[in-house]
Parts: sequence; structure tokens; C-alpha cells
Amino acid sequence: MSFTSLTDADRAAMLAAIGIDSIDELFAEIPEAVRLGRPLDIGPALSEAELSAHMAELAARNVDVGRELSFLGAGMYDHYVPAVVDMMMQRGEFLTAYTPYQPEMSQGVLQAIFEYQTAICELTGMDVSNASGYDGTTVAADACYVAKLATGRTKVVVAETLNPQARQVVRTFAPGFGMEVVEVPHTDGATDADQLAAAADGAALVIFQQPNFLGVLEDAPALAAAADAGGALPVAYVDPMSLGVLDAPGHYGCALAIGEGQPAGNYLSYGGPQYGFLAARQDYARQLPGRIVGETVDLENRRGFVLTLQTREQHIRREKATSNITSNQTLLALGGLVYLSWLGPAGLREVGECSHALAEHAKRRLGLPPAFDRPTLREFVVRTRRPAREVIAECKRRGVHPGYAIGRDYGGLDDGLMMAFTERRTPDEIERLAEALAAVGVEVAA
Amino acid sequence: MKLIYERSQAGRRASSVPDPGLEPGSAIPEHLQRSLPPRLPELAEPELVRHFTELSTRNFGIDTGFYPLGSCTMKYNPRVNERLVGLPGFRDLHPYQDDEDAQGALELMWRLQEILAEVVGLQAVTLQPAAGSQGELTGLTLISAYFKDRGEHEQRREIVIPDTAHGTNPASVTMAGYTVRKVNVDERGNIDVDDLREKVGPQTAGLMLTNPSTLGLFEERIEEVAAIFHDAGALLYYDGANLNAVCGISRPGDMGFDVLHFNLHKTFSQPHGGGGPGAGSVAVRDILEPYLPTPVVVRDGDGFRLDHDRPKSIGRVRGFGGPFGVFVRAYAFIRSWGPGLRDMSEIAVLNANYMLALLKDEYELPYDRHCMHEFVLSARGLKREYGATALDVAKRLMDYGFHPPTVYFPLVVPEALMIEPTETEAKETLDAFCQAMLAIVGEAASDPDLLKSAPHTRPVARLDEAGAAKRMVVRHRFDD
Repeated sequence: MSFTSLTDADRAAMLAAIGIDSIDELFAEIPEAVRLGRPLDIGPALSEAELSAHMAELAARNVDVGRELSFLGAGMYDHYVPAVVDMMMQRGEFLTAYTPYQPEMSQGVLQAIFEYQTAICELTGMDVSNASGYDGTTVAADACYVAKLATGRTKVVVAETLNPQARQVVRTFAPGFGMEVVEVPHTDGATDADQLAAAADGAALVIFQQPNFLGVLEDAPALAAAADAGGALPVAYVDPMSLGVLDAPGHYGCALAIGEGQPAGNYLSYGGPQYGFLAARQDYARQLPGRIVGETVDLENRRGFVLTLQTREQHIRREKATSNITSNQTLLALGGLVYLSWLGPAGLREVGECSHALAEHAKRRLGLPPAFDRPTLREFVVRTRRPAREVIAECKRRGVHPGYAIGRDYGGLDDGLMMAFTERRTPDEIERLAEALAAVGVEVAA
Repeated sequence: MKLIYERSQAGRRASSVPDPGLEPGSAIPEHLQRSLPPRLPELAEPELVRHFTELSTRNFGIDTGFYPLGSCTMKYNPRVNERLVGLPGFRDLHPYQDDEDAQGALELMWRLQEILAEVVGLQAVTLQPAAGSQGELTGLTLISAYFKDRGEHEQRREIVIPDTAHGTNPASVTMAGYTVRKVNVDERGNIDVDDLREKVGPQTAGLMLTNPSTLGLFEERIEEVAAIFHDAGALLYYDGANLNAVCGISRPGDMGFDVLHFNLHKTFSQPHGGGGPGAGSVAVRDILEPYLPTPVVVRDGDGFRLDHDRPKSIGRVRGFGGPFGVFVRAYAFIRSWGPGLRDMSEIAVLNANYMLALLKDEYELPYDRHCMHEFVLSARGLKREYGATALDVAKRLMDYGFHPPTVYFPLVVPEALMIEPTETEAKETLDAFCQAMLAIVGEAASDPDLLKSAPHTRPVARLDEAGAAKRMVVRHRFDD
């Protein structure tokens, strides 16, 4: 199956116009020694019907969240994605456009990004947002580079309760940025503000997560103040779905707010694509990475939108740019905007409250010892008193995926099971979870 | 048109959220709760749909019309791929699902890795990088890890880049902690090999090169270039932005490149979504394989698994295994073509040369050679004679219903117009575009203001970009 239009007659006419006899002549400049000279060994071409059958067979060998009762979260959440999100993202004018280099051709997506930037600023309490980053992990690395440019300092402080993958990405890129990374361990599931303040001394930034990766609600205002006391930029890594019920980073003194956008309007999709968001106070606008859309006027003084502050960017500044990013995740961010517009402020708060209420209900119903005696939002860790991996494997045979084995990332928690609750779960499903756990020997409440 | 916030009315909503029927009550400490709600839009669903539909009508995609944006490979995005990526087994699969319950996804990724390695003639692939520029940063970090392992990192601090390179190349070099060393282009548009010999030495870590170059020209002396770097103990990085020219014809690995990134959103048809998502998968020669990001998808007997146990790995560059939905589309696209990928590249090159033949008498051609999948013309003659710039030509093309080509890039060509038709366009479309380009030459002579005041048919006239940067209004300000 190909997607081309040229007929034999077309080809002949085109070759004649070029003044050659065969297509091969167009490749004459490629040295003989670097030509392939054989067909690619990548399997035969498939018709659309054959392709669809092959892909359906592959998809059928995955157990998606519709095929088992899943309480998996750990940074990626099964919130409901309304139909309008799919339908608007599939509009060909959005789906098949490139980056809006020519604004007069691209007012639709430019205005949508401007509206997205506004929504992210409203969620996080910030002044400026970029047009999206790749995901929650890479915006954490982006924040490090912003802080280095803004402060001239090179120390990165991350709380151990920050998403482990985000910490790994920061560690991968920090040496190239000329930065070093210090990790502040958790104390009983949360970050100690005094320890954080000590580490923040002389640091470029401090990144903490709210609610943290363990599901625990940090004393975020105290952590932001601790970072600030050390002269470091306080950076909160936040869950957009929490921001209807939890306070916004901009309201408690953060310089930047970052996070994973997937829970707000994107599918799980085995890890991507999704959007990462990065927002900042006005002071840091000129250090931000990536595209930013600004309002302007046309020759007739009508409102319009363009990519702006481009002197930060690689195509102008080259080796002196604030980032190398070009492609971002605009389509996924558009999905986020449609979703947040569908929810509205009331819907966002209700999803947060509903998820929280289900999680609190599950705590009571299961009656399992919490790993940490601290308040949580929609996810929490319990101790199963046997290796969590075994509990998960055995529950899965009963059609229930009970959650995430937190011992994968944190020592001493091999019996820690982290369970996430979205508005898609129900009290009846929590009953099934309790039954499955009981059936595999976990001592849930009767 | 109105912003969505200007359509908003307090008390309206589109959403319905389940009521679990539980006792109300919050266990959230009071001082952590939100008191000031975010001012998200408040609309009923019909108005919501109309808003975004109206926005879409003010946008232009490859579905709308011809989009010859050089270096971006704007080809048709097969609709079947959109259906496939929506299969629940792909769409609703949690990335922490156990490997044994994600075998279809892992097999797809493993097969894609194998195919990509074969297409470029290298040995190992990571799918993790999120986009081309992240692929560059990943590749440079791999080079860095390789030289650290050999004890040569302190010595090798420079990456050589020709002045035709994409801006991402030098930006990535800085972010990877290296210094840029620029090399000139010769009178045929190739890397100046004499200049190169003087700039490569024991301080060199590598070269970053696009081939065909951003001028749309194949580096004729690529074997010599590769030898210069390898003889100096340095490595070669291939920017895969222009891979659409050479699939099944010539492989970067055979040219001597050691590491490269793909742009799955260019060559392999992932729709670009108005700016993303993309995918910047990286392929390497076997010497770099130990350093690849974790996890790597490996075959294990009859099954597949994520391998996290790689002691020399540079670590993770993005969450999970990468942008999986992009892999579904790219894999589907490649399986549709099969070995016919060679025809794909041949037709892309034929289309470009056909347009070049129609246009090169009226626009200046800085390097008079056959092009590969794209070509660069200069409007400097129009500027000199009539005061009409490449930007004016671009804006006027909009009135003819076409998306303009890339302008003012590469930087070595003044008033550059970089045109890439791809393989998916019909001859009639190419003809119509060329006729418009030629008509515009006539208009520049007879009525240059028609160009300078273009576009005349879009929802907005030419926009004030400098004013936007000055005023810096980057979010809606609410009245209250």
C-alpha cells in the first residue's frame, strides 16, 4: 500500500521536463560504495486490510485497563477522556499541520496554544507557560536549565519523593548542562523542610512534587519557603488533576510549576505521547525553553497570534539558545485544553473530590496498614506484609491489577503496594479489589 | 474571533462527573487546599465544539492542501494509522503494565527497532527520545559516555558542524556540554573538505551532519569526510531530518555514520499536530550500544521484555519507552510500504527535481545540481530588482491556497526558499504550485505591493511579530 499519485505517464512527462531518462540519474552523485544495492529486508508490503489484521493481533496481546480492573497509577492515570477531545484532535486542520511558522496560515492552532497557555497559568497560578514540553520527566530537566540561566548556579536539588523517572532524566542531562544533582531523602514518606533548606543553600533550584510520588501531600508552602531561603528557585512538580482541590504553586511562592499533562486529557498509550507543562513567574519568561505564543495585531489592527520571544530559540540563537527544543507536544496540549474546557472549574474540582473520596473510602474499606501515616489525595501506599510483586501477580490472575510495587523505586518497601483511584473507579470495584486482595492472603478488613 | 475565555459564562459546563455516592468530606489539610479556583472556560458542549471547529477552519494542514515546507517532510498522514492507534489494546495500555501483559506492544516496538536499524544500516536502536532535537541530545550524550569510558572525554571537547546545519544541532551541542566548531561549505554546496581537515584533530569528539544536506544536496565526498573523523578517533552523528531522500537507496551506517536520530514524524508519517508529537528514535553502531538509554526492548526466547539492567547506560532521557502512539503509526506506515520504501524516496526525489526544473529559470539556484528530496532557491533577484523578499513570496503563495516553503533557511543562501514536495503529491498539484510561483515573479515586476501586503485571503493580514515580542502578551488577562 502506497500513498502516491504518479501514473506512468506522469513519470515520463516529469523525467522529460528534468531532461533525464531514468530516476536513477537523479542519484548519480551518491558514491557506488555507499549504495545499498539490494531491497530492504523489512517484510512484505501489506494491504490496509492485512495491516489492520496484523495490528489488531498485536493489540489483542496487551491487557489494557478495559480488560482488567486496574488501580495502577504512579504518574499515569486512568481518568476519563471525553469524546469531544478525540473528535477535536482528529480535525485534519489541527492533526496534519506543522509548527506554526507562518502565522497567517495557522491562527487556529496559535490561538489554541494561547488558550492552553492561559489554562496552564490559571491551573498553576503562574504568569507564563510555554506551548508544552515532551512529558513530565523532560520538563524537569528543562527547569534545571532555566534555573542555571536565571541564577548562574549549578546545583540541582531534588526531593527523593519526586517521580523516579523525572529524577533519572535530570541525572542523565545534568552533566551536559554542567550541573550536579543532590537528592534529599524522604522522612516517613514526606520531605523535611529543614533538610531541604540545608540542601538548597547555593542551589539553582529545588524540585519537589505535590502530591509526591508516594501519594503523600507534602507541606508544599513550607518546602517552597525552604528553597527560597537558600536562594534556590522553588519548583513544584504538580498533577493537573489535583489543582481543583489543591492550592496552586504560584500561590505559595514557587518560581516554576511543571508536571505531566497525561492525566488531563490524554490516553495512557503505553507511556506516550502526552504533554509536559512548564509555567513560570514573569521574571523567568526569557529563560524558558520552547515555543511561546503571543498576542499581536495584523496590518488592519485585528487581533492575531504569533510565535513570540523567538530570540530565545535555536533557529535564531543556535548554540546560545535557551534550549534545543523544536517539536513539542502541541496536539496533546490541544487535547488538554479541550479537556480542561470540557471540565470547567467545577468539573475539575469534582474529579479531584471524587477521586479523593474513593481513595479515602478504599483506605477505610481495606483497613491495611499505611506505609506512611500522612494525608494523601487519590493514591496511597499500604503494606501487604508479603512481597507486593507477588500480590500483584496473584491478583492479576483474578482480573484485578491492584497497583504499583513501590519497592521498585524505594528501598525497604518491598511489601509496599501503591493504589490509585480516579473518578472512573466505583465503590463496587473497590469491593472487588478487597475480595481479590483477601483471596491472595492479604489481611483486608472483613 | 473570540477567545474561549470570552465565550465563557459563569455557571455553564460541558462535563458530567460520576457521583460515587460516598459521604462528602475531605482529608486534605486546610492550608493545602485551593481557595481561588482556576478560571477555566465555562461552556456547554455545543459551544465548545463550535469554538474548536471554528479554530480548525483558521488552520491549514496537509489535509487542507499542499505544504512544501522544506526540511519538514509534510507528507500525507494515512488515516488507517489513526484508527490503529485508537485500538484499546494500544490506547488504554498502562505503561507500568507487566511485560507479560504488554507483549503486543513490546513486539511492535522490537520490530520497529529492527526495521529502523535495517533502514539505516546500524546495529541497535532506542525508541525513547521524544523528538528530533531530543534525539540529538541523546546521541551527543552517548558520544560523551563513549569517550568518558575511553578516558578521552577531557580531551575531546569539540563537535564540528557545517554552517548549513539546522539550528537544533549547535543548540544540542551546547546542552550536551560541547563546543561548536564550524566548517564551511564549498562552491558545490558540499562540506569544504580542506577546511575540515584543518578543524579535525585530537580535540574533536565528532561531526553532526545532515545528508542530504539542508541544501537538498548529497555530500558527494562523504566517504572521505567519514575517514577524516574516524582517523582522528572521532565519531559521526547523522541528523535524520532528510532521511526521506534515501530510504532503501543509501544507508547512513554504510556512509560511515556511528549514531543518528530519526524523525518518525517526518519520514514515517506521524502527523505533526501543529507542532508535535514527534519521535526522535536513535540508532547506533555496536560500539555505542552499551550506553543506550534504559529500558531497551529485547527479545527473550519467544517473548519480549524491557531490559533495565544495562550498567553502562547513560540513563533515561524521557518517561517510559518513548512516545508509543508514534511508534504504532510509524510501524504501520513502514509495513504498508514494505521494501517499496525505496519507491517512496525515489518519488520524493523525482517530485523535487521536477519542480526544480520548472522553477530554476525564474528563481536563482545557488548550486546547479540535481537535488535530492528538496531544493533551495533564492529570491534575491526579486529583492534586487523589485524589492520583493522571500517572505513576500511566501505570504503571496498563501493567496494561491498553498502553504509557503521554509524561508530564510539555510542561512548560507540569501532570501532562501526551501521547497520539499514529498512523495504524496500529484503532478497537477506540483504544476499548480509552480505556476503560482512563476505568476508571483510577474506580479513582483508589475505590482510589488501586491506581494508586500499579502496575504489578502487569510483570516488575518500580515501580523506584527516584532510588536508581539515587545508587548509580550502571552496569556489572556481577565477583566476582573
